[in-house]
Order: sequence, then C-alpha cells, then structure tokens
Amino acid sequence: MVSRAVDGDAGAATRAGRAVSTYCLLAWTWIRAAAQYPVSIALLALGTMVTAGMDIAGILVMFGRTPRIAGFTAVEVLFLYGTSSLSFGASDILLGTTERLGEHVRNGTLDALLVRPVSPLIQIATEDFTPRRFGRLLPPVLVLAFVLPRVPVDWTPGRVAMVPLMLASGMVIFAGLWVLCAALQFVLLNSHGATKAITYGGSFLTQYPMTLFARDFVRGVTFVVPLAFVNWEPALYVLGRPDPLGLPGWTRFASPAVGAALCAVAAVAWRAGLRRYRSTGS
Amino acid sequence: MGVIPWVSWYALRRYSAYPLGSMAEAVTNSFFGVVRAAILLALWHARPGLGGYDATDAVTFSFLTQALIGPVQIFGGMELAQRIRSGDVAIDLHRPVDLQAWWLADDVGRAVSTLLLRGLPPMLVGALLFTVRLPSAGEAAAFTVSAALAVLLSFALRYLATLSMFWLHDERGVQAVTLLLSLFFSGMIVPLVAFPETLGDVARALPWSGLVQVPADVFLGRRTGGALLSALAFQAAWAAGLLTAGRLLTRAAQRRLEAQGG
Repeated sequence: MVSRAVDGDAGAATRAGRAVSTYCLLAWTWIRAAAQYPVSIALLALGTMVTAGMDIAGILVMFGRTPRIAGFTAVEVLFLYGTSSLSFGASDILLGTTERLGEHVRNGTLDALLVRPVSPLIQIATEDFTPRRFGRLLPPVLVLAFVLPRVPVDWTPGRVAMVPLMLASGMVIFAGLWVLCAALQFVLLNSHGATKAITYGGSFLTQYPMTLFARDFVRGVTFVVPLAFVNWEPALYVLGRPDPLGLPGWTRFASPAVGAALCAVAAVAWRAGLRRYRSTGS
Repeated sequence: MGVIPWVSWYALRRYSAYPLGSMAEAVTNSFFGVVRAAILLALWHARPGLGGYDATDAVTFSFLTQALIGPVQIFGGMELAQRIRSGDVAIDLHRPVDLQAWWLADDVGRAVSTLLLRGLPPMLVGALLFTVRLPSAGEAAAFTVSAALAVLLSFALRYLATLSMFWLHDERGVQAVTLLLSLFFSGMIVPLVAFPETLGDVARALPWSGLVQVPADVFLGRRTGGALLSALAFQAAWAAGLLTAGRLLTRAAQRRLEAQGG
C-alpha cells in the first residue's frame, strides 16, 4: 500500500480515495473486534446516548423556569444544541481518538505506528473505533427532528439548504480542531488536559447562544478559535437574527471556508509536529 | 493504624507528581466554569432570586462545581477496577490491611492533591473575571468539613460501583449508569435549587446531592446553625451507610474471588 508519487489532481484524488478506504478498512477491523462483545456494545451505546442527552435535560430544566434565556427561546436553543452536538458527535466518531497522541508519545507506541505503511493520523483516528459512539448521534438527531418543524422560521430554499451545510461545516471545523489539538501534543506533551477546553468545551459552548457571553469572549471564539462558525453564524441566518457583534452579512455563509482554512492549518501543524517528533526513550 | 497514613501520603505524592498535567486540566475546568457562569447568570437574570440564590451565588456555584469535579471525581472510576479485572486484587487482599481502608486512604491522598492543583485555579479565575461570593472564616471551616465528607461519600459510592466488578467482570456498564446519576443529581449540570419542586426534593434526598450541592450551599452560607448541622449529618449518614454496605459487599466478594495461577 506504499503510495507512489502521481502528478496532478488525479494523484491527489487517488491519494484521498486511498486514505478514505484505509480509514474504513481499519475502522471496520476495530468494529469487528468490538462486536465480539455484542451485549457490552449495546449497553455502552445506550449509556453513551443517554450521557450525550444529559445536556438536553439541563436545557429543559432551565427553560422550565423561564421562557427566554438571553433573548432565546427553548426551541431556538435546542436548535443550537442539535446542530452543535451532531457536528461534534460526528467529528468525535471520526477523529476523537487523536487526543490520545500524547499517550502514544509517552508510552513509545507512536514509533510502532510510524513504521507501518499507513498514515499515523489514520491509525490513531481509527484506534478503538467502536459502534457505541454512534449512540451519541441519536439525541441531537431526535432533537433536530422535533425542533426543525417548530422553530419560528420562514423556510426559504436558502435556509433549508443552510441546515445540512452548517452541520457539515461544523463537523469539518471540529475535525480541524481535533487534529490541531493533537498536533499541539507533539510540542506540549501535557497539553491534552487544557485542549479539552477547545474540543469538549467548544462543543458545550456552541450549544448555547453567544448572546450569553461577554463581547470580548465572543470575539475570541469568533476570530481566534472559530467556534462561532460551527453553528452560531449560520444559525443567525436561519433564525433571521442580527449579529450581536455586528459582523457583515457574508460571515453567516463563511463557515465552509473557515472549516477548509482550519483544516489546512491543522494539516500543516500535524506535519510539522510529526517532523519534529523525536522518539522518547532512555 | 500504622500503614494507612502512609498510603494517603504516597497517593498525595503520586497524584501531584505531574503538576503541569493537573494545571492543564484546571484550564479546562476554568473554561467550563466561565461558560456555565455565563449561562447561569442569564438564567438568574431572567429569574432573579430563583431557588434562594442571587446572581453572585449562581456564578460562585459554577466555579465551585468545577473546583469540586476533581476531588469528588464526579466522572467516577477507581484504580481498583483495573486491579480486579487483572486479578491483582488478590495481592491487595493478601495484605494484612483492610481492602476498603487501603483504597479510602489512597483516595484521600488523591482528593487532597486534586483539590489543591485543580480546585484552586478555577476559583481564582472566577474571582478575577466575575464577582464571586467569598465565605467568612466560619463558613470556610464548615465548607472544609463538608468537602471532606463529600470526598468520603464519593469514595463510598465509587467503591460500591467498583466492587460490582467481582460479579460483572466489566465495570463500564455500571460506570455509565453511575456517571449519569452523579452528573445530574449532584447539581453538576444544573444546580438543584433550579430544579422543579418535586424533582428537586427527590434529588436533595439522594446521596449525590452531598457531592456538590451540599458543599456548595455550605460555601455560599446558605446553611447556618441547625441547617448546617443537618446538612453535614445528611452527608455523614449517607457516607456511613454506603461505607457499611461497601464492607458487607467486600466480605461477600472475598468469598467469591477465585485466584488463578500456580
């Protein structure tokens, strides 16, 4: 499976195709391993599902006490929850285990990954791939199914199209963040504890409207770590609301571009980190 | 006594061996504290005085919960679980020390270390960014007692969940269920004072409220005099009951354990 240099776009497409098929093959291998314990998988999927749905309970308890929080109704916040949680859940399934990079570096197991003829990123991302993680997609899917017909929105074709687009670009943004945070662990071995604030913290943050937070904080999660583009900016378009930061209208459509740019940065960071890597040992 | 204090001391040393790693965790705790504080502020803005808390109490509560996550190990788990799975627990049982006392001592050391390394930073961040309520000397002393009882209670709960390994051979199912209970009924997701009436009453009677909600109430000076004593007694009673259950279960597990090998 050693890749040969092929010129032009066809080469890039072949390589991408091969990466996807390798990913699927390795993921399937791990799934078959996990399938040896079917009851365990079913229970754990259920557990993952309910844990992921816990945030819904929190939102409902709060809206049981007041009809609006920071100018947003329960249905609107649930829309944000559904889009954020679905994007994050999907990215977590695809790339969540990359957060173990530091562990691999510490234990010296990264060396074993490097000698195999498959990208170490794919190997780490597919590690322990288990069907139970799909359980976390169900709560946001159910919430969106419940909420989409109920949000007070005049559904134009543009708004309808925006929903799948924001889900996809949200996933791409989180994917970039997973890889970026993993790459950081090449340099700062102990950074995993802190970068959880960006991944898990980002997922929690984007479940709520940005009108809750101080303006400087919102600027930070817009321009520094582009979490606002996961679902907030596109949601403003869908819900027909003004931007509290007063950003120009086109920023509501910028999420795909932001996702692409972030992934490019993450790819560069990952390669730089991998080149910099010197095996541990004594 | 004898060896027990040393177990605690070495656990404390072990858990504070990587202060940078703990500090990194504290960054995440602080971030979640900020986000939760903003959410609760908006809720209390919409409903001033909800559940007897004011906005400052709600903000302080957010950072307190983040400070307590580590010490009361709200996400559950215990090193003992791996030892039961691998069979190493046979060695533990062979020691002339009580299994429960040994692991309690270990947990106390862990809790003290995490309270210092992961508990203080979120409180500090909260105090810098928001107005938080700082306790008087008396309240701080009461909080120390309450937090200590919370650690004891947390250990009692996790020890019980871990012992189920002797029968189930896999703790992840039980772990998933206990995680849900402890997250929701401790006040970690939403403070119990904001719960609807009946659910709130039920949640307050359950042991998990003693992990976060009760110590937080004590910190905020919501419990004084007789109410303070009853709050501490509530935590102590649940801890005592669950620790006793743990003892009985340990005895049953010892009879059950079959060590393989030659």
